Amino acid sequence: MMPTVLMQGNEAVVEGAIDAGLKFYAGYPITPSTEIAELCAEKLPFVGGKFIQMEDEIASMAAVIGASLTGLKAMTATSGPGFSLKQENIGFAAMAEIPCVIVDVQRMGPSTGMPTSPAQGDVMQSRWGTHGDHPIIVLSPSSVKEAYYITIQAFNLSEKYRTPVILLMDEVIGHLREAVNLDEYKDVEIFERPMPQDKENYLPYQYIENGVAPLAPFGKGFRFHVTGLAHNEKGLPTNDPKVTEKLIKRLIGKIENNKKDIVMFEEKDTEGGDILLISFGSSARACEAAMQELKKEGIKVGLFKPITIWPFPDEKLREIYPRFKKVFVVEMNTGQLYYEVDRVIKGNTYVGKINKFNGEFLTPFDIVEKIKESF
Amino acid sequence: MASELVERYFRKETLPNIWCPGCSNGIVTAAIVRAIDNLGLDQNNVCIVSGIGCSARASGYLDFNTLHTTHGRAIAFATGIKFANPELTVIVITGDGDNAAIGGNHFIHACRRNIDLTVVMYNNHIYGMTGGQYSPTTPRFDRATTAPYGNIDRYFDICKLAIGAGATYVARGTAYHVQQLTKLIERGISHKGFSFIEALSICPTYYGRKNKKGTPADMLKWLKDHAVDIKQASKMEPEELHNKFIIGELLNIDEPEFAEEYQKMLNNLKVNYK
Repeated sequence: MMPTVLMQGNEAVVEGAIDAGLKFYAGYPITPSTEIAELCAEKLPFVGGKFIQMEDEIASMAAVIGASLTGLKAMTATSGPGFSLKQENIGFAAMAEIPCVIVDVQRMGPSTGMPTSPAQGDVMQSRWGTHGDHPIIVLSPSSVKEAYYITIQAFNLSEKYRTPVILLMDEVIGHLREAVNLDEYKDVEIFERPMPQDKENYLPYQYIENGVAPLAPFGKGFRFHVTGLAHNEKGLPTNDPKVTEKLIKRLIGKIENNKKDIVMFEEKDTEGGDILLISFGSSARACEAAMQELKKEGIKVGLFKPITIWPFPDEKLREIYPRFKKVFVVEMNTGQLYYEVDRVIKGNTYVGKINKFNGEFLTPFDIVEKIKESF
Repeated sequence: MASELVERYFRKETLPNIWCPGCSNGIVTAAIVRAIDNLGLDQNNVCIVSGIGCSARASGYLDFNTLHTTHGRAIAFATGIKFANPELTVIVITGDGDNAAIGGNHFIHACRRNIDLTVVMYNNHIYGMTGGQYSPTTPRFDRATTAPYGNIDRYFDICKLAIGAGATYVARGTAYHVQQLTKLIERGISHKGFSFIEALSICPTYYGRKNKKGTPADMLKWLKDHAVDIKQASKMEPEELHNKFIIGELLNIDEPEFAEEYQKMLNNLKVNYK
C-alpha cells in the first residue's frame, strides 16, 4: 500500500508525468505553473531525465519537440501568456505528429491579466490556438488525484496518436493541496512508443486509416524528414492538393474517429431531473457542493463533467441532456464551453450560463444563487 | 566527386531544388556535405535542423535525420535534440532573416549555453523566400522591396554577436571561397561547443537585381574581391580594410559545454539510473 500524502496539483502533474515515463522537460518560468518546472528540475536527474530552462516559451516548446524526436517522452508547462507563445510550435507538433504534453495552468486573462488568479479562459485557445485545421486532445482534471491520473493519460494518448496533448489545469487545481492515495493507479497502463522495423521502406507518415505510423527516433538509421510543410507519406514537402487533403483528413480523422478511446468524462445523478450542470476543472468541484445544497431545496440536479474537453464528449451529452428540463454550463470565463454545449443541444433544451471572470473562484453559492433565480 | 556526393548524401527524389538559377545556396549546402564526408561521420548519426527561408529548404534535400522547423526556431529545436541525445551530431542550417531577426533570442542563448551545435548561416543579405525584403544584414542604403528608398537600418555583424554572446567557435567564409568554407565547417563540427559559421552568399534574383549587382558570376567575384583573410588582415592598416570583410576563423576557444556540464552535475549528485 502506498501511503496517503498531502500533494499539490502541480506536484501531482509532475508525479504523474514521471510515472508515465517523462524524460525531458523544457520550460520557462510563469505563475501559476512554475512548481511544475521546479519539481522537474529537482526530480528528473534521479529518473534518467533531463531538465532545461530555455530562453523563452517558444524555445521551450521547440526543445520539447526536438527531444521527443530522439525518442524521449517530453513535456512543458505554462500559463496563458506563455500558452499563447507556444501555439506556433504546438501547430508544428500537430502537423509533424510529434508526441508531447503541454500543461496550461490557466490564469485570468486576457494578456497578463491577473497572474495568480484563477480562470478557465483558455478553453477555446486550447482547441484553436494555433492556426489552420488541426487535431488536438485537451484534458482537464478537477482534483489533485485526478491531475496525477490524467497526466499519465495525457502521455499515453500523446504517444498513441502522435499528437500534442494539452493538460488544461486551472490555478485552483494547480495550487490546491489535497490528501491523496495513488495506490489504485499503481498498475495503470503506460503506453510506450512502438519502434518501426523496416528501415528501407519506412514511411513516417504512412496513410493508415484512423491511425498513425510508428515514429522512429532520430539516430536509429531511419533517416527521414520532418517538416511543418504539407508532406507526403515520406515526410517530404508537397504541393499536391490530393496528397495534402489526404494528410489533413488523416490528421483530423485519427482523433475524431477514435473518440471512444480518447473521450473521458464523469457523470453524477444524470438519470434525470430539473437541472443538468456541465462543468470541468475546479468549477466542477463547486458544482458538486452546489448539488448537495440544491438537493436540500428539493431541486433535482445532475452533473456532466467532461475530462476530455477536446474532442468534446458530444455523444454522451446527447444521451443525457434530454432527461433534464434545463442545462447550465458552469465555467470561470464568459462562456466558452457553452458554445460547444449549445452546438450539441441545438436549441432543444434551454442552455444557460453560470460564469465568473473577475479573478475570483467560482463558488457553490454562485451556482446555487443562479439556479434559484432561474425558477 | 560531386555526383558521388549527390548519390550518397542527397534525397534524389527531391531534386532539382527550388532555388533560383545563380543562387549560391547549393554551393554552401555542398560545402556542408563535403565537410561531413571529409570527417567521415556516420550518416545515421547526423541531424540537420533548419528554420524557414530559402536556405532552410536544404534539410529536405539531404539524406540524414532532417528537421525543417518553424521560422527562427531551428536552434531551439536543435537544442532539444542535442541535449536529449548528445551522441548525435547536430547541424543547423539557417539564413540571415531566420537567425539574426526572428531567431535572434534563441541564437544568443545557444551561444551563451555553448551547447555543441554547429550553425551555418547562409547570409544573402535579403529575405529571398518572401520576395526581397530587407533583413538585419542588408547593407545600409541598399534597396529592398520594403526599402524602396534605401535601407536606413544598420548592418548587424552576426559573427561579432556570436562572439559577444559566448560562442566558442566563430568563422566567416563565402560561397566563392568554397574550400576554405568547407574547412571552416569541418572545424566547426569537430569543435566541442557552440560553433557559428557565417557563409556569405548571393541572391541574384532579389538582392542582386534590386541593387544592380550584375550577374551571379559578378556577385561571386564581388565576394572574392572584398574578402580579406584574417591572417592577411592582421598585417593591414584599418583604412586598407575599409569596405572589406574578414574571412577565416575568428574565434576558437574551449569553454564548458552544456550537455557535458549536465552530465557532470549528475555525476556530482552520484545519480546512477542505468
